[in-house]
Amino acid sequence: MSSKNKPGNDLFLYLLRLGDTSLVLSHRLAEWCGHGPILEEDIAMTNISLDLIGQARILLGYASRVEGKGRSEDDLAYLREERAFYNVLLAEQPNGDFACTMVRQLFISSYQFFLFEALQKSADETIAAFAAKSLKEVTYHLRHSSEWVLRLGDGTAESREKTVQAVNELWMYTRDLFDMDSVDRNLLTAGIAPDMNLVKEKWEQKITGVLKESTIPVPPSDAWMASGSREGKHTEHLGYLLAEMQILPRTYPGASW
Amino acid sequence: MSTTENTQWKLWEVFTQPKQGEPYEHAGSLRAPDKEIALQNARDVYARRNEAVSIWVVPSECIAATSPADSGSFFDPANDKVYRHPTFYKTPEGVKF
Repeated sequence: MSSKNKPGNDLFLYLLRLGDTSLVLSHRLAEWCGHGPILEEDIAMTNISLDLIGQARILLGYASRVEGKGRSEDDLAYLREERAFYNVLLAEQPNGDFACTMVRQLFISSYQFFLFEALQKSADETIAAFAAKSLKEVTYHLRHSSEWVLRLGDGTAESREKTVQAVNELWMYTRDLFDMDSVDRNLLTAGIAPDMNLVKEKWEQKITGVLKESTIPVPPSDAWMASGSREGKHTEHLGYLLAEMQILPRTYPGASW
Repeated sequence: MSTTENTQWKLWEVFTQPKQGEPYEHAGSLRAPDKEIALQNARDVYARRNEAVSIWVVPSECIAATSPADSGSFFDPANDKVYRHPTFYKTPEGVKF
């Protein structure tokens, strides 16, 4: 397709990747609503979820304007198929137990922290402003999740075992966070997106530090890694998530309340 | 006789300052295993809608409080001492208070 090479299309895809990650993770955290281990943590997780839905709205709203085909942010969120979603694979992984949710949050918040930190200097003013605003939220998400991983990892034998298991199960989705394709490289050249290798270095340093402090072993560097989110190839979990997230607007088109 | 182990986390009292320079007000209480989590929980439970610029958390057990039984000796004697209130003075005109 010739439109694939247009700069606007690169930007559109890039915005979908960022926006879909916030949207899908937001939905996962919202699944905890009413099921949190304690009332305070139930509120904490839904607070983070609401921050993420705010990010998704800004990013998908901007994506809608960049695309310029009359698809609204809601159309993008609710009327795209699984293969047209570009969120990182980690975001769609099921909540599992509380340790699993906190480890996933630590991995993604840390990724968003260093990514948004770099995006503050983006040549695209809308993205730079978005990054500056969202960085404050993500700073709190990162603090919350790393403090919990610390307590779970260095807590009881049971909490430690569950945390070790969560790290081992989710580790394979961490390389996908930093994969770069032609979209990333074109936007890097244009000064719009950062070099993900630099983001990855900072991420590894941060995560290694938290895991060591939590007495959790860091998985080996030659561990098998999944990838595919850049091409819209997902794990089996995203389809079910979208079915639940999209059923209302698809069943009652144009519904409002 | 069987006893039930108390698995609840420690109780904390939360005080929030609505604006810089204003006094801290009691916002409520919550449960948390330690100071850092207590602060985070207080932020999420009592300051998520822009209610505060600063938070104190205090273990509830560290607060000494009067009991209802004390109220007779603590507070009743103040009831009939109107002369403790400085309402018998005339304030000169122009004094701001």
